[in-house]
Amino acid sequence: MADRDYIRSSSSHTIGAPKGFMSSIHLDPVLLVLLLILLGSGLFVLYSGADSSVEMVKSQCARIGVAFVVMMVFAQLDPSVYRRWSPWLYGLGLIGLLAVLLVGVGAKGAQRWLSLPGLPRFQPSEFMKLAVPFMAAWYLSRHFLPPRLSRVGGSLFIVLLPMVLIVRQPDLGTALLVGLAGLFVIFFAGLSWKLLGAFFGMVAVAAPAMWFFVMRDYQKQRVLTLLDPESDPLGAGWNIIQSKTAIGSGGLSGKGWLLGTQSHLDFLPESHTDFIVAVLAEEFGFIGVLALLTLYFLIIARCLYIAVNAQDSFGRLVAGALTMTFFTYVFVNIGMVSGILPIVGVPLPLVSYGGTSIVTLMAGFGVMMSIHTHRRMITA
Amino acid sequence: MPWGEFKDTAAERRLFQRRTLVALIVIMVMIGILVSRLYYLQILNHENFTTLSDKNRVQVQPIAPPRGLIYDRNGVLLAENRPVFSVTVVPERVPDMETTLAQLQQILDITEEDMARFQRRLGEYRRPFSPVPLSYDLDEREIAKMAVHRYELPGVEVDAELVRYYPYSNITAHALGYVGRINRDELRRIDPADYAGTNYIGKSGVERFYEEALHGKVGYQHVETNARGRTLRVLEHENPVPGDDLRLQLDIRLQKRAFELLKGRRGAIVAIEPETGGIIALASVPGFDANLFVTGIGVEAYRELSESIDKPLFNRALRGQYPPGSTIKPMLAFAGLDSGATDRDRTVWDPGYFQLTNGGRRYRDWKRSGHGWVNLKSAIAQSCDTYFYDLGMRMGVDVMHEYLDKFGFGKDATLDVSGAQSGLLPSEPWKRAVHNQPWYPGDSVNMSIGQGYVLSTPLQLATATALVANHGKWRQPRMLRDVVGADATEDVLPPETIPDVVAKNPRYWDDIVGDMEEVVHGRHGTARGIGRDAPYRFAGKSGTAQVFSLAEDEEYDADEVRERLRDHALFVGFAPSEDPKIAVAVIVENGGGGSSTAGPVARAMFDAWLLEFNAGEKTGQSDDKVAAKTEQDGADG
Repeated sequence: MADRDYIRSSSSHTIGAPKGFMSSIHLDPVLLVLLLILLGSGLFVLYSGADSSVEMVKSQCARIGVAFVVMMVFAQLDPSVYRRWSPWLYGLGLIGLLAVLLVGVGAKGAQRWLSLPGLPRFQPSEFMKLAVPFMAAWYLSRHFLPPRLSRVGGSLFIVLLPMVLIVRQPDLGTALLVGLAGLFVIFFAGLSWKLLGAFFGMVAVAAPAMWFFVMRDYQKQRVLTLLDPESDPLGAGWNIIQSKTAIGSGGLSGKGWLLGTQSHLDFLPESHTDFIVAVLAEEFGFIGVLALLTLYFLIIARCLYIAVNAQDSFGRLVAGALTMTFFTYVFVNIGMVSGILPIVGVPLPLVSYGGTSIVTLMAGFGVMMSIHTHRRMITA
Repeated sequence: MPWGEFKDTAAERRLFQRRTLVALIVIMVMIGILVSRLYYLQILNHENFTTLSDKNRVQVQPIAPPRGLIYDRNGVLLAENRPVFSVTVVPERVPDMETTLAQLQQILDITEEDMARFQRRLGEYRRPFSPVPLSYDLDEREIAKMAVHRYELPGVEVDAELVRYYPYSNITAHALGYVGRINRDELRRIDPADYAGTNYIGKSGVERFYEEALHGKVGYQHVETNARGRTLRVLEHENPVPGDDLRLQLDIRLQKRAFELLKGRRGAIVAIEPETGGIIALASVPGFDANLFVTGIGVEAYRELSESIDKPLFNRALRGQYPPGSTIKPMLAFAGLDSGATDRDRTVWDPGYFQLTNGGRRYRDWKRSGHGWVNLKSAIAQSCDTYFYDLGMRMGVDVMHEYLDKFGFGKDATLDVSGAQSGLLPSEPWKRAVHNQPWYPGDSVNMSIGQGYVLSTPLQLATATALVANHGKWRQPRMLRDVVGADATEDVLPPETIPDVVAKNPRYWDDIVGDMEEVVHGRHGTARGIGRDAPYRFAGKSGTAQVFSLAEDEEYDADEVRERLRDHALFVGFAPSEDPKIAVAVIVENGGGGSSTAGPVARAMFDAWLLEFNAGEKTGQSDDKVAAKTEQDGADG
């Protein structure tokens, strides 16, 4: 297969492959620097959001360290390895999801964790955030693009199967994010606009059906509260009102680091996890949030650049989809904290405290770097 | 990948580039949405949210003013404020309510009633992170235990508040009244700002009448709080103004003595200082522990009190409306003299009964054999009913009504006694309005000996007696002596409104007082037994009131019935007669004869006040003179 890539690359007008030390250890310096800036400044916000808890910052640092190692390991592997392993990884993920449903452990009425002897506890659904786009990209890139209708159908099946399993856990939020990652692959593969339009049409029809048949009461409550938070100011509306108050009172330049009253007086819920952007907005103001969004945009732009310059379809599709997934996290999180989306448990990528999300995300960036730094030298 | 399929990689690349461009545009649009949302929140609505945020942060907390203390006339504390500790639970901070409650149950003695109330309040709507009270009034042992176990009970706290405490509980309950938790009706009446932070309000008695003065002025503090309402720091504060301390006319020693004298009986004693109108004792026996009512009495305990046949909750001194019987005779005698219906010398033949017309109904005298010829003096001394039947007919209802009204019957003549009843002073228009009947001559006959429709409270009897002692000078009865605090006494105490009773001839007063002395000091006086060895001269009048208020279906055992069907014994009087220091009215329910049961109680009150508590003041020096006068009166009789 490798030789086929070589042929394909040579026939295109690929620009020169990266050189230098960073390239030899398969890291992209631009992406690396942007990520470091984001992670570093994130720690400052976290310190404030976690009520000046050095302990939390330390444990976040440890987690970032682990994530960095994971990223570097992922960057070393050749993209072709990912491609070859895609079906196996996907199959493994499906088995994991089935196992979760059968023997999983969890809390609050949802089973999300798999606890295997000799292994740390992990969430197969988190693993699927990478495995699904890999599998979809593998499947679609085997034939030339844009895909035929039958292959679109096949790829949709690949995406929907794990989604169904994750919804059963139940974890609607993660299911949607996993599904989105796969759908982004199909989009980048060249899904015809007609089909895309039909898809959105179906969503429009399916949404009311979801409301009545799939969504649970607490999920409906979140949507209703979003539409009118004042209807339940001390209950479900409390979070939205308090986070909007935190953001709004920050103004143009904010109240200053560690001086946010909303978060430090405990009015803001989850100030170190899902609502951390409200802490940033309160203490650093509009300027602070603009800086954050700019940073995210630069990371995304760099990733799209990597995607466009990938050497094969698989790399392009994976890079594009991972980038869009990353942006989706950013949008959903800031959207929910600022009150334009319902409250779903999506952390602010690379800034919020804890969770496996940082590791998954950094693994994704490792894949990005792998795609970018393993391009063949062209001597055309 | 099947062989022979042509793969246009350049076309694929271009396709991907186009798609990426679309994705980039979508991303930029969506970031644009986020930016405009943040611009809307942070720039356009910044002011609004700043206000909201400050309101969140800064809370105005009321500081309840300490309630004014109440002292007796000698500065003995009658009502104080005691810190009371209660256990509250913030459910949001309790990890596992079941375990926590089980743990608490081992540490504290939580009654089922408290537990049920707690569970009920848990279910009701409340602000998140607001504490729910679980157990009130911890003792020191429990507070110490809570302090030890507190670290293992997150969300459980011990709160302190100042709560009223009456050290003389039973003895002062009816005189002082008590405070209790503010109820719904009171909430409508009071200014909510004024009572923010205050949970208690005067429910009866002095506590109720002087509520405004005792309450004080609420203070405020602006505090920075967290979402749990926990105070982090005080930004500014305005101290509350404590309520005025009140010094009452009451003398706790005399009050205690009154209770001792009526021990084991049911009845009331009211003692007034004629010179000031001050109520120095106001006893309704049996009393009850007012402290039970402050934090809320249990259902069981309340039922026991309210269903007791001794009616401990009933304030007999202010609200017990009894027929005054013969104790009303001195006032009617004054009315007879002043209206000219009789004079000192006029005599009446008493054959043992009185008839309106020959052969008509006989109104019996208490003495079957009759008193023979009686004048006003002997009629009072021997409590001759026939003389007063005749006098009543001579005066008629209008004159009797006019004079008794001047003595404060049929109205509330008190200045500051909350809940005092008016009694009933009948008149012709009254009977027509209420009973739709004309006034019969027989009604006047009954009225002339304080029976029939006439009703009065012990406080009214004491007031009228004090008026006689004062020779008609009104000093309306009052609880308050003076205010120790921001307000002047005059501002708090209502002004007097009742005009003095001016006699056409001032000698009439001396006559009446002399006749009342005869009751206790005279050879034939009905109460001569209690005046015999007195080292001072005093005036009095006994009375009995028939009991007619026992419903037939009430089930009592035979002895009980017999006891409770006996007449009420009454006695009014004042001492010393020439310079009155104390006027009392005593009623002993089902006590039988006024002079034998109520009289000695009155005498003991006089002795206590004049000889024991106020010894050396005026009365002591005139011992000789009193003795001499007694001799002389004895000769007269």
